[in-house]
Amino acid sequence: MANKVSLTVNGRSVQREVEPRTLLATFLREHLGMTGTHIGCDTSQCGCCTVLVDGDAVKSCTMFAFQANGTSITTIEGLASDGRMHPVQAAFQEHHGLQCGFCTSGMVMSIVELVEKYDGLDEASVRELLDGNICRCTGYHNIVKATLAAADVYRSGSAAATHTDTLLRS
Amino acid sequence: MGTMTSKRESGTVPNGIGRSVKRTEDARFLLGKGRYTDDLRIPGQAYIYVVRSPHAHANITSLDASEAKSASGVVDVLIGSDYLDDGLGTLPCIWQVRNKNGSVMAEPARYPVAVDRVRYVGDAVAVVIAETLDQAKDAADLIVVEYEPLAAVVAGPDAIMPQAPIVHNDAPGNLCFDWEIGNRAATEDAFSRAHHITRLDVINSRIVPNPMEPRSVVAIYDDIADEYTLHTSTQNPHLVRSLLCKSVLRIPEHKVRVVSADVGGGFGVKCHLYPEEVLLTWAARRCGRPVRWTADRSETFLSDAHARDHVTHGELALDSDGTFLGLRVSTVANLGAYLSTWSASIPTYASAPNLAGQYTTPAIYAEVKGVFTNTVPVDAYRGAGRPEANYIVERLIDAAAREMGLDRVEIRRRNLVPSAAMPYATPLGPVYDSGDFRKCLDMAAGNADYEGLAERKQDALRRGKLLGLGVSCYIEACGVSPSRANGISGGRIGGFEMAEIRFNPDGSATVFSGTHSHGQGHETVFAQIVTDKLGVPFESVMLVQGDTARIAFGHGTVGSRSAAVGGSAIVVAGERIVAKGKRIAAHIMEVDVEDVHFEDGEFRSRGTNKVMTIAEIAHAAYLPINYPLDQMDPGLDEICFYDPTNFTFPNGTQICELEIDPQTGHVELKRFVVADDFGRILNPMIVHGQVHGGIAQGVGQALLETVVYDADSGQLLTGSFMDYAMPRSCDLPSFEVSYHEDSPCTHNPLGVKGCGEAGTIGAATAVMNAVLDAMSSVGVDHMDMPASPSRVWRALRAATSKLPRPTASASATAGNGNQVGNAHGE
Amino acid sequence: MHMFEYLQPRTAIEAEALLLANEEARAISGGMSLLPAMKLRLAAPSHLIDLSGIEEMRGTSVDDNVLTIGAMTRHAEVARSSVVRQAIPGLAALASGIGDRQVRNRGTIGGSIANSDPAACYPASVLGLGATVMTPRRRIAADDFFVGVFETALEPGELVTHIAFPIPERSAYVKFQQPASRFALVGVLVSRSRDGTVRVAVTGASSHVFRVPSLEQALAAEFTPGAVENIAIDTEELNSDIHGDADYRAHLIPVLTARAVDLASKPDAVGKI
Repeated sequence: MANKVSLTVNGRSVQREVEPRTLLATFLREHLGMTGTHIGCDTSQCGCCTVLVDGDAVKSCTMFAFQANGTSITTIEGLASDGRMHPVQAAFQEHHGLQCGFCTSGMVMSIVELVEKYDGLDEASVRELLDGNICRCTGYHNIVKATLAAADVYRSGSAAATHTDTLLRS
Repeated sequence: MGTMTSKRESGTVPNGIGRSVKRTEDARFLLGKGRYTDDLRIPGQAYIYVVRSPHAHANITSLDASEAKSASGVVDVLIGSDYLDDGLGTLPCIWQVRNKNGSVMAEPARYPVAVDRVRYVGDAVAVVIAETLDQAKDAADLIVVEYEPLAAVVAGPDAIMPQAPIVHNDAPGNLCFDWEIGNRAATEDAFSRAHHITRLDVINSRIVPNPMEPRSVVAIYDDIADEYTLHTSTQNPHLVRSLLCKSVLRIPEHKVRVVSADVGGGFGVKCHLYPEEVLLTWAARRCGRPVRWTADRSETFLSDAHARDHVTHGELALDSDGTFLGLRVSTVANLGAYLSTWSASIPTYASAPNLAGQYTTPAIYAEVKGVFTNTVPVDAYRGAGRPEANYIVERLIDAAAREMGLDRVEIRRRNLVPSAAMPYATPLGPVYDSGDFRKCLDMAAGNADYEGLAERKQDALRRGKLLGLGVSCYIEACGVSPSRANGISGGRIGGFEMAEIRFNPDGSATVFSGTHSHGQGHETVFAQIVTDKLGVPFESVMLVQGDTARIAFGHGTVGSRSAAVGGSAIVVAGERIVAKGKRIAAHIMEVDVEDVHFEDGEFRSRGTNKVMTIAEIAHAAYLPINYPLDQMDPGLDEICFYDPTNFTFPNGTQICELEIDPQTGHVELKRFVVADDFGRILNPMIVHGQVHGGIAQGVGQALLETVVYDADSGQLLTGSFMDYAMPRSCDLPSFEVSYHEDSPCTHNPLGVKGCGEAGTIGAATAVMNAVLDAMSSVGVDHMDMPASPSRVWRALRAATSKLPRPTASASATAGNGNQVGNAHGE
Repeated sequence: MHMFEYLQPRTAIEAEALLLANEEARAISGGMSLLPAMKLRLAAPSHLIDLSGIEEMRGTSVDDNVLTIGAMTRHAEVARSSVVRQAIPGLAALASGIGDRQVRNRGTIGGSIANSDPAACYPASVLGLGATVMTPRRRIAADDFFVGVFETALEPGELVTHIAFPIPERSAYVKFQQPASRFALVGVLVSRSRDGTVRVAVTGASSHVFRVPSLEQALAAEFTPGAVENIAIDTEELNSDIHGDADYRAHLIPVLTARAVDLASKPDAVGKI
């Protein structure tokens, strides 16, 4: 049985016929070819697959594409704009918040929600609020540093205005 | 070094050695453009699902795949008899350990898919190939396998009991090897003279490495060229190719290309040849389709090699002032159901030779029994044998200090190998080339305020908490490895590394390395080396890795070897570039080659103002108009196969401070302080990152992670992240990392020792020594990992009467005011 | 994952009809439990009835000292709701500690209590606050609602639409996490109503959430941490697993109860959001 799902991904309107059992993560990776969103577990623990659905961080492996019908999705591929990194991405590079890069997509998306929605973040609250994302490489030390740095950027201006001067090198 | 002498001090070249250069690889990862194996899309690809044994031990009495084969979307179903019919081989172990009597270890056959018997839960029994993964899984439900269950054994010591179920008929008593090292007689003698003997039984728990990227394999067969391409998330593409071709599929190596693009963490678990790599390569040819497979996380728990799982008895002999006289260690190492690629080497040569630690212990003897059980095969994980050695030595020292009433730091100081004694030959073989152990210990103890410990303990007691501090002095044989050392100890693999520096006509440089970065930042650090040594702009250097078709050879990234061995190969290749460049420059500048010197990327002739940049030399080499063609070939492309003359010996001290909530048993890390000696530091930012991650993995083993098998059924009870506790951000503090560069490695041109595993090697020990320090005040002097809340509480309960009695308000306000009162972690 | 048909009703009545019409149908709200079970092929519904389009099952309101929360209200919404934070801060705090941030953005209160996971947090609030579970057919008292492991008093096809919480004088929830899943190894919700009635509900420790009369009586007499410190809990009905045996859970219950009592006495603690 096929049904149509219709949503916005990184500002682009997308319509696809998919089986209802298609997970949002699978939809992004297999149907849209957007492999920046990763799948690291099957029990909704690791957070590698985190994307924003209407601004909320969600684990895209634990949501059917159909449940995202009509929503606006932001993935790791949609964060940078005008050739400049998002402040969270820039902070990750500046503070060595990533090593193998696999958890990074979900970690960054999770932190984008964090710095957008939460005021007064400090080390303790960041550590508490990142418990939906597992990283095996960094010991979280530099992720926490990067998060606090990105939060500072947010505090000093709106997200749209603060896309950093870090030029993309890829 | 050599011809590349420079007046500049290390750390002064922009983007050169010693600088915290931001990572080249970050941008693609941060933009979601990494290229992991599972991101590949091959036209015509089919999906593979591996059907796995639900039994720990059983005979397969029948297997009927006929219904599955005709199910919707199914391309084929392959089983063990198909594999035998094709006359293919078994997965080898690359280390052949010898028994005490000189005979070789037992090497029972390991087929990639079971042929008549399954030996652990997860053993592959069938391969379903279908148009979609869902169809492959649907068809798997239609395969009918009849099993005759057999009794299973899961614990190492149980496996060598007389009546234990036998895992392999050709490994009597489940014994793979019974190995020894050291001078038994000298050690007995030392113990006979001892003033005090400390005895300790410890279990180094079984854990699952769990890099965040599950293993993934894509195999393609080109029937026109009769060539295979295997994309696989491995740390070691050439090893995979060699073993796959020679031992298993019996195809020539030039017909197989192994590619490993971005790898999402390895930590040792991705440096083996796995059954799935064999099965997919085989299946791609059998069905003439590109095939792909990626493990679910639950499948990772059943199909990735597990790690550690040592049961060890240790004894330390001391004289009356705490001087170590002798050490003897006896270990039963659980190898799992089959020998994995490196497994026999891990508890033996990768572990026991490190038992001298940082100390002058003159007599050491160790014996290790490697045993088969009905569990997932056990192999390397970050540190691979060295954390186990560190754990028994440093636990014994703490126990000895407690028993003898000596200070833990002081007894270590008393026994350290002094820096003046370098090079120092340990009784078990390793020769430490350099190191200032006292310096790291003093740095760490100072930074951790060891002197103020008693006061902090009192303060914690007033708050109803038990505070403990643990010390671990580690040293590890890294930079693997001198090929000859491998051969002497039974290795069937070399230890050198390959680097090629290829200048392009425009002066840019492509570096080919046989190491493989899976998070360590080689693209950045190796470019720093080339920039520093050859004066090529950082942006003009590109690293190529992870592809047997592009790289001559390599031994991948394991054992903290990439900088020490791979980096050294780059330096030597660079020296060859300079040597050739000088001859080209001498010809063009019309001076004697002896008068040409190289600095900052420029060839200058002494006594003239003639100068050529290395880019100009490269241009001349590829456009050899004015060129000494009678003396040498055109081109500027040099290769080095660097075989190290010794291991490197990273060392340092780790100190952990923590508090235990005696009411719940919860352990909260308060501080983690380390002082390391990694020799020269190439990129401090990256080195710190490696240390952080390493510590977290050691802490994970100490406090959270553990594999639990049901002893009767052999079922894996910790088969997902729901039951296997991974360290998260809220479980860890920030780390306080420092290092000194005063004891560079003496035998490689960079002076580097390696930093990849250090954090892990000492961390579990530091945490457990801290846990025991905290609990010793109430009479608990032993516990095994993990120090999980329920286990800590149980240990403390035995000493309830001695527990501190906090005031009611102190205990109740243990939370931080959050009404959610998440008692765990607060 | 097995195939299924996906349906999106607009009203609770319509949803109940769809559930009744298809024996193997399951309702899905946030899907935080059902979806992982389907991925592991432990659940294979023929139809998924997505409740997210049912407006009447959303929202929070206070009326006559009763806080009513729509079943489809997400954990993050409860945690952030100024209505909830003012009425029952302990409930907002509980919601702020469920799962992780991503789970709280998807999971719903109705889904949680209808699932009756033995280690879920919300059932402790429903039972510990003496709430009433509302369905299109009837009102079910909390004491009658949770009946077993993943088992409630709901009849086939019956949906939770709202939960009505009487506003207590004070309440707090303390959770001790299972180290891997971060579900409650033991979680205790303590409340005291304005007439002095004390309820103590424990999750994570048994087949389903339950009350502890001995602790309630002790706290009714004296609402202090010290009142419960030395009360022994019978281990017979308690869970044992690799993360903690029944003895450990029995020990934690009064320890966490004491901590919850202390937290409940803090006037301005509303937890993280």
